[in-house]
Amino acid sequence: MAAQVITITSGKGGVGKTTTTANIGVALALLGKRVVCLDADIGLRNLDVVLGLENRIVYDVVDVIEGRCKLRQALIKDKRLSELHLLPASQKRDKSAVNSADLVRLCEELGAEHDFVLIDSAAGIEEGFRTALAPANGVIIVTNPEVSAVRDADRVIGLIEAAEKGPARLIVNRLKPGLVQRGDMLDTGDVLEILAVDLLGVVPEDEAVLISTNRGLPAALDEKSRAGQSFRNIARRLLGEEVPFETFREAPGLLQRLGRLFQSDGRSA
Amino acid sequence: MVSVDPKSIVIKGIRDGLSVTLPDGGTWPEALAALEARLTQAPAFFKGGRVALMVGARALTEDDMRQARDLLVRHDVTLWAIVGEDAETQRIASSLGLDVPPPSSARVSDLAAPPAESRTWDVAVEGERELVAMPLDEWPDAGLIVRRTLRSGQSLRHPGSIAVIGDVNPGAEIIAGGNIVVWGRLRGTVHAGALGDENAVVCALDLAPTQLRIGGRITRSPDERRRKPRPETARVRDGHIVAEPWGV
Repeated sequence: MAAQVITITSGKGGVGKTTTTANIGVALALLGKRVVCLDADIGLRNLDVVLGLENRIVYDVVDVIEGRCKLRQALIKDKRLSELHLLPASQKRDKSAVNSADLVRLCEELGAEHDFVLIDSAAGIEEGFRTALAPANGVIIVTNPEVSAVRDADRVIGLIEAAEKGPARLIVNRLKPGLVQRGDMLDTGDVLEILAVDLLGVVPEDEAVLISTNRGLPAALDEKSRAGQSFRNIARRLLGEEVPFETFREAPGLLQRLGRLFQSDGRSA
Repeated sequence: MVSVDPKSIVIKGIRDGLSVTLPDGGTWPEALAALEARLTQAPAFFKGGRVALMVGARALTEDDMRQARDLLVRHDVTLWAIVGEDAETQRIASSLGLDVPPPSSARVSDLAAPPAESRTWDVAVEGERELVAMPLDEWPDAGLIVRRTLRSGQSLRHPGSIAVIGDVNPGAEIIAGGNIVVWGRLRGTVHAGALGDENAVVCALDLAPTQLRIGGRITRSPDERRRKPRPETARVRDGHIVAEPWGV
């Protein structure tokens, strides 16, 4: 079977594209799939840091495209999962160093030896985004439950439809269940009402993600992390499994628990 | 008094923007004066649009074309093509980059309305260069039916009326010479009667536009969000835009 080449993009920056790419890559590799994560954000290299592989970089994607090394030499094998590889971005060059045709060729080569090619796109709707979209046969949109991020996601979905790369699937990242319960945050339904695309997963806000990102240990490796569980479920959905969507509930505070106690007392009395 | 009647200029919604057909007869400056009168009558309709100028059998010089381009630029309109029957005119147009590009992958969206038996026009969603098929009767009563959701950054412009079967998301824009009907949620910006018709109306199953204009009037939705949307029609009454329950 041909590899799935999936571009992960968002329009708005800072919504968690790179963290999502790393975690889905890890989760797919945990399920035994051969995965390569490709950092297409040339000049703003990040994916290597999130995966904790920065100190192993010798060659990068621009070196491969400009013929300074073989693809095999630039691929970095993950230190924990033998099925996971990273092709890092160049930190010294900019978006003009890689064009769509280059990336399409590269992904064909990568697709021959892997089940999944995950492309971490640059933010925005300019050249970097268009280049990252070119080789894709699937697209994941990452957004936050926040009006401006949803607006940008909508714009990007329109561009993806126009480029006939759709239908895009959606990940709502950094949902804060407590805020949603109080009506202070868009919930997943509000986001889907605007975007009207298939939901791939919902990832709750989780401090463990921030900590693990800084340590280069993706949360998907952590059995106890709520976000990690969400990413593992997303990977299973990508493989075609029907996995029910998680429901998130804020752990009740002391006062709420006391309140509930009194209520139940009242009823039983 | 111009000797070319501005009303004899025909405006149509076509693939890639608007087509403006200048009538035969009259000198070039007279034709341009008529065009300017037309642009001035309905600035909001043309502003930000792309125009292909149909000049018929006229023979134009490079200077003539620059004048037309400058005139349009003054009204914030892009001249993207000059289409005429004269071979020399067409050659000059192409040297200025104003020739008609070869029909770009003129595909018809799967979501588009099935072609009407009579004729099918293509209309562009500006900024996307995406094509949607539309059945179109004679202008100016022509209607445009779009069966898709308009997303942020997408814009639709048509001299007749527009019906959207789908949502109009925040950040999307519709500009129509006639009425606008949205069979879905209207959250973007719409301008009905943009050629000056204040009898035009805007209807939607959920009428909550970012901004709504009819003719020269402008309004926006109340800030608080309604819990239960209901179909409404917006129209001009006593100089103000009011929203009323649809179907009364």
